[in-house]
Amino acid sequence: MKYTPIIGLEVHVELKTKSKMFCACSADYFGQEPNTHTCPVCLGLPGALPVPNKLAIEWCIKIALALNCEINEFSKFDRKNYFYPDLAKGYQISQYDLPFGHDGFIELSNGIRIRIRRVHMEEDTGKLTHQDGVSLIDFNRSGLPLVEIVTEPDFHNADDVKEYLQKLQQIVRYLDVSNADMDKGDMRLEPNISLALTTSLRGVKDDEAIPFELLPNYKVEVKNINSFKFVEKTINYEVIRQEELLEKGERPAQETRGWDDTKQKTFSQRSKEDAQEYRYFPEPDIPPIVTTKETIEGYKKSLPELPDAKLKRFEKEYQLSPYDAEILTRERELANYFEKTITSLRGGTTKQSPVESISPKQIANTIINKKIDITATSPEELMKQILASSQTVQVDEKELERVISEVIKENEKPVQDYKNGKEPVIMFLVGQVMRKVGKKIDAQMLKEKLQKMLQ
Amino acid sequence: MEIKNLTITKAKESLKKKEFSSVELTKVYLERIKQLEPKINAFVTVTTDEALKNAKVADEKLAKGEDAPLLGIPLSIKDNFSTSGIRTTASSKVLDNYIPPFDATVVTKLKDAGIVMLGKTNMDAWAHGSSTETSDYGPSKNPWDTNHLPGGSSGGAAASIAADEALGAIGSETAGSIRQPASWCGVVGLKPTYGRVSRYGVVAMGSSLDSPGPITKTVEDSALILQVLAGRDPMDATTSPKEVPNYLQNFKHDIKGLKVGISDDYFDGVQDEVKAKVEEAIKLLEKLGAQVKKVKLFPPKYTIAVYTILQRAEVSSNLARFDGIRYGNDRSYFGDEAKRRIMLGTYTLSAGYYDQYYNKALKVRTVIIEDFKKAFHDVDVIIGPTSPTTALPIGASEGQSMFGELADVLVEPSSIAGLSGINVPVGFSKAGLPIGMQIIGPQFAEEVVLRAGYNYEQANPLFDKKPNV
Repeated sequence: MKYTPIIGLEVHVELKTKSKMFCACSADYFGQEPNTHTCPVCLGLPGALPVPNKLAIEWCIKIALALNCEINEFSKFDRKNYFYPDLAKGYQISQYDLPFGHDGFIELSNGIRIRIRRVHMEEDTGKLTHQDGVSLIDFNRSGLPLVEIVTEPDFHNADDVKEYLQKLQQIVRYLDVSNADMDKGDMRLEPNISLALTTSLRGVKDDEAIPFELLPNYKVEVKNINSFKFVEKTINYEVIRQEELLEKGERPAQETRGWDDTKQKTFSQRSKEDAQEYRYFPEPDIPPIVTTKETIEGYKKSLPELPDAKLKRFEKEYQLSPYDAEILTRERELANYFEKTITSLRGGTTKQSPVESISPKQIANTIINKKIDITATSPEELMKQILASSQTVQVDEKELERVISEVIKENEKPVQDYKNGKEPVIMFLVGQVMRKVGKKIDAQMLKEKLQKMLQ
Repeated sequence: MEIKNLTITKAKESLKKKEFSSVELTKVYLERIKQLEPKINAFVTVTTDEALKNAKVADEKLAKGEDAPLLGIPLSIKDNFSTSGIRTTASSKVLDNYIPPFDATVVTKLKDAGIVMLGKTNMDAWAHGSSTETSDYGPSKNPWDTNHLPGGSSGGAAASIAADEALGAIGSETAGSIRQPASWCGVVGLKPTYGRVSRYGVVAMGSSLDSPGPITKTVEDSALILQVLAGRDPMDATTSPKEVPNYLQNFKHDIKGLKVGISDDYFDGVQDEVKAKVEEAIKLLEKLGAQVKKVKLFPPKYTIAVYTILQRAEVSSNLARFDGIRYGNDRSYFGDEAKRRIMLGTYTLSAGYYDQYYNKALKVRTVIIEDFKKAFHDVDVIIGPTSPTTALPIGASEGQSMFGELADVLVEPSSIAGLSGINVPVGFSKAGLPIGMQIIGPQFAEEVVLRAGYNYEQANPLFDKKPNV
């Protein structure tokens, strides 16, 4: 490949606190009547002052910790000054040089670590709607708590970006700090993409970060994408577009673009050739935030087991395949359900003691293959179902052997076929046994029994 | 009823004794406002209906024997305090039609304390200045000589007290905006420690400096109002959780042994008459038992640069919300002074200049804070002139883009350090213009500052000397 894509990512995650970031307004704004969740603070009225939401700060720090970041014990808010009609105060309260978290990473399944530069807290803006030549501002979203997570330009393809995003989404959901619902704009994605001549990167190993001086001299940022699929499409589209320009000897413009899903292409929004001038300075309305080492330790201890650790533990502790473990740990609720079923099985059935015969793997299979609705079937019910099916077999062992002998006798041809090497025929025999028994028996167990008796 | 000699303390007694009602008292003030406003222009908005309504309620409460710290007392409020349902302009035409839907915390506290709101006082637009000449509603006049300025930015507030258009006034100070007009108008002005009184609802100027406070005839009246205003506000994260002392209990104690610091630099470039009166005042304090000693302080003239940079930067950001989309009037309604400040502030915060200006100013600010801390190891309060001059003539600020900073040079250091301070009148110039002395205390030392001011005031009472308006 002549060019290597260099991709960095900024992700905004909206926290699900009850109130907004700097005022007591309800943060439950989605689908509400415009400008009904507002007050002097989030409207930016003269004299109104921001008071930071402590829980939002705690959650931001927890996200940073879950992303293996260092935490700034001394942090502060800053004003990012810029004009936009949806920005109530003419500046956004954000963080500049002392974000809550910095220097973390997410490890992908291929072992590559995507470095996270910073995790900081800021407030959301209002929302503009343009219709019939009129522009309307809705401030319901103004002041909602956002956590911005910025990576180093460590991605080289869309697949890695997608996996990173899935992992990030999974982590914030595990932490239970955001719904991370793409449709509702809880997660907004901004990849920046450029291409480097592959030869210029010679000497940089695959799993190594590209030194700053080797990065391309331009960057294309694509703003506010609200689906993983679109990010993938955007990156793939941009790589081709930029490659074509470079091949013609042109440097792609440093600019902000958007993704048009109807046309399946990106389009230019505004030039960024001039350095952005935000005139950051410390927010005088909010005293610096000091988080002691003890507090940080406390947060660390309170973190739930995170997806990667859980997956590894499931593989080891329950002897699950990576595939099963991955499915079961995708969502925290499902993982918990799986473990609850195991606990209830081990705890509740000592007398009948069939426990040993039911492996966690069987439970995993049941949950995955039968697509158990974890909201409808309690772990206890599931346990009973699994036990019932296995108990049938246990109790009627002799009867079962008798039925199997009968089936073998009555099906001479298939039996012969099987013995001649037509192995799939055994499933026909399994079916015959089941029909005679009239009960649902564990097919795997039955198959093994049949194989034994046919030897 | 003779309002010339009336103070809040005295009026409270009379109201309790039913010598007059709050409605009667309020009507006298409203009448006087009507009479004097063409001359003084202390008010942007007079809230006659609101005042009479408040007074009636107060009378009903008084009749029931209810009590509140300022029940039935007519006050004026600077026009940068948001007042629910009452237009709040900060003396800028940008906000000519702006009616806030909420009260500033200070206003809420005053209402709870039972005040009668007479109106909103004139100021330099956005509090930018020390003359009221940048007001879009015309300058206020100094009641002692209406050809002279009242000072600013709380010039209307100070004038309203000197001219007996209100019993007490609420002002705000970023650097000098309470003490300097109090000095020029011959009244008491208290600037509390930054964070002692809530800024919530006060149209922001320099957010890291703004401190609301009272302007009154006497020190006791200021103590009374401070008691109402002080305290942590859950709506202002920069207010201190420090407990509020009982100011009223302690400020009357004597000052025997009080260590008073004097710095030569604070007398540098000060008018002779002003210098002489303040020196006299210090001698009187010595007579009352204070121990006077010299202290070395960071020269005030260097703080002008620090203050200017910090304040302009904050101003440029605070005024960004007036972008023409809301509030009715667009940016063309900004006056020259506001435009100058926005430009300078924007420049100093720009990439490449931040370290050179804003960051450096922050560092010097820390030096100044430490400098005062060191001085307060040796002394309890620091005393000097409040302003280098007596009130200047109308028109003095024209074409002087640094007018305010120069007029406030002696109060800027303590403002930058967020300290407590008070102006107390000490006499008059030959031309009959008031002269004021400032008493600076450490952070949260309002008690000491009030005590020193009260003792001086008792020994040299000037509050019944009145201008002939």
